[in-house]
Amino acid sequence: MTKDLLLPAPRDEGADAGGEPLLEVSGLTKHFPVKGGFPIRRTIGAVQAVDGIDLSVRVGESFGLVGESGCGKSTTGRLITRLMEPTAGTISYRGKDISRASRRELAPIRSEIQMIFQDPYSSLNPRQTVGKIISGPMEINGIEPPGGREKRVRELLEIVGLNPEHFNRFPHEFSGGQRQRIGVARALALEPKLIVADEPVSALDVSIQAQVVNLLQKVQRELGIAFLFIAHDLAIVRHFSQRVAVMYLGKIIEVGDRDSIYTRPRHPYTHALLSAVPEVSVAGEQAPARERIRLAGDVPSPIDPPSGCRFRTRCWKAQDKCATEEPPLVQLSGNRAGHLTACHFPEEPTTEAREEDIILDPALAALEEDTSKD
Amino acid sequence: MTSPIDIEGGGTSVVVDGEAGPSAKAETVQLEGRSPGRLMWMRFKRDRTGVISACVVIFFFAIGLLAPLISKLYGKDPYTVYADERPELFDSAGVPVQPNGGISGEFWFGLEPGNGYDVFTKLLFGIRTSLMISLAVTVTVVLTGILLGVAAGYLGGRTDFAIGRVIDFLLAFPAQLFFIASMPVVVSLFVSPRDETPTYVRVLALIIVQWFLGWMSLARILRGTSLALREREFIEAARVSGASSWRIIRKEILPNVVTPLLVQATYLLPSFVTAEAGLSFLGVGIVEPTPDWGQMFSKASTELVMQNDITYMFFPGISMIIFIVAFNLLGDSVRDAFDPKTAR
Repeated sequence: MTKDLLLPAPRDEGADAGGEPLLEVSGLTKHFPVKGGFPIRRTIGAVQAVDGIDLSVRVGESFGLVGESGCGKSTTGRLITRLMEPTAGTISYRGKDISRASRRELAPIRSEIQMIFQDPYSSLNPRQTVGKIISGPMEINGIEPPGGREKRVRELLEIVGLNPEHFNRFPHEFSGGQRQRIGVARALALEPKLIVADEPVSALDVSIQAQVVNLLQKVQRELGIAFLFIAHDLAIVRHFSQRVAVMYLGKIIEVGDRDSIYTRPRHPYTHALLSAVPEVSVAGEQAPARERIRLAGDVPSPIDPPSGCRFRTRCWKAQDKCATEEPPLVQLSGNRAGHLTACHFPEEPTTEAREEDIILDPALAALEEDTSKD
Repeated sequence: MTSPIDIEGGGTSVVVDGEAGPSAKAETVQLEGRSPGRLMWMRFKRDRTGVISACVVIFFFAIGLLAPLISKLYGKDPYTVYADERPELFDSAGVPVQPNGGISGEFWFGLEPGNGYDVFTKLLFGIRTSLMISLAVTVTVVLTGILLGVAAGYLGGRTDFAIGRVIDFLLAFPAQLFFIASMPVVVSLFVSPRDETPTYVRVLALIIVQWFLGWMSLARILRGTSLALREREFIEAARVSGASSWRIIRKEILPNVVTPLLVQATYLLPSFVTAEAGLSFLGVGIVEPTPDWGQMFSKASTELVMQNDITYMFFPGISMIIFIVAFNLLGDSVRDAFDPKTAR
């Protein structure tokens, strides 16, 4: 495996799917300073929330970003929508660098990049009616749709499957799923080209999740809006995204089209992540056995990330090289174009069951030993 | 007791139908949502204590406002020296001859020993002066609190630090002592000590002094509220659509700080009334012949009045107790109406 031919990361070649890049991010970094010390407070460290990531979203494409909690997914989304200032790196939208643009410079682009938020209970102003919430972005950007803003609000409510007569109601009169639909309508109000959806369904219960995801998919297909879909639920990302990137501790460790990531993953972490998805099988029906990997411990602190490969502290294949050399994000031999992996010792491109499960968690291993003895 | 930081507004959510698809039925009735403000009003109306105390408070403000009219109908004013006009009502020491300070059909609340002012109109005008000063202090305090508190909370960083230290510094002042000591100083800023001080200067000085040490608690609460609001996602949503800081403060934050603002204001006003009365009682506030609530107490405690006319004390005393109690109960009810979770 180590003798794999390593190809340099092909940029913008995108042999698998057409379309020009809408959003390009390179070397994006966000470090939050950690203050401390007495009597003079000074910066004593940095939370390396996002540490040099590259990604590109094409026109009309849905790009999924998955990873554990705290791996920097949401920070990436907030950096792209410019809610936070990046420490380093560039964000370019349609070839224009917006990573340092001021509010005025951003004004023409603001309407094209919108965001859907995670918590529908906190993302709507409790003191405004639904109509005001949805027409707010139009008012800010001075957009006068034909037929007036109110008509447009009714249209948008209808698009997201709410009663257009409800535009005079207040957010507290709606359920979580309905609130999230209002959030979607607000994001659509400016007819954006790119929507950053920051875990849009993780606060909703499962039946509502499906409704909202299907709504987003409908919107994406019918209106041709590109999505950066941030989620920790792998199944939803698989349902929704054409391309997927896996993040771990502020870095992208594997990226590729949906099939490559879900059926031919190479990075050990992707294997572990996929194996952690609970399996539902109908009685009597035998699904093909999947590999079983159980990691131990927590994600290391982003204040002091491990040297070399960041996953090495929890990886069962880690060797000395992993501690000294950071693996580049490259296309491994045998991978499809656009499927990039950052690993020195990649796994076989399959998710089928191995001869022996990998159980790194000592508690779980002990438990299983007990049950096998009985 | 005072944690009215309620940004959610309404606790009782009116759940609408689960899936409100675009119904084909043409709805003739305009669907109108109930705003958090209207829900609060509905809850407040159910609170009997609140409604009664609100009536009492409104009554006091009404008689304060209508004092000139009432005194005209009553046919007397608080400046007439009845000791000179009607000397037959007073004995040689200036004490009303009739019992209980000369209460009669003509002088409902009696006459003041000494100068012989009419107590009824004096009380009306005293309430008027006190409430006007306290209201002015409350308004200036609320405006300062909004400005500095919301600025500190929303802008954060250095602004927050600077405003926070100013608040800490001012809170360290002993308020009553500072009022007494600084009143003559502030008055002398306007007029030289040798000239006679016009009443409006004293009023202005009272407002300035109380405002100077009155805004900090409100600013702190509003800072906390806006700090919490700033992290809410609807603020981020507004920023993503390109809203300016000014618009965010005006349209997103201010409507959400109305709740703590109203609650605090209803607690602040009675405390300003008592503080103003205290200053006038101590002789650094409003002085004779201008009628004032607090100054009536100081009159009541003079030797002449104390020994000859004990009833005099009851009129300003009882009216002020009723007012303060009613206003504080109103404050509690307002808080309960805004934040039903903390209700008893």
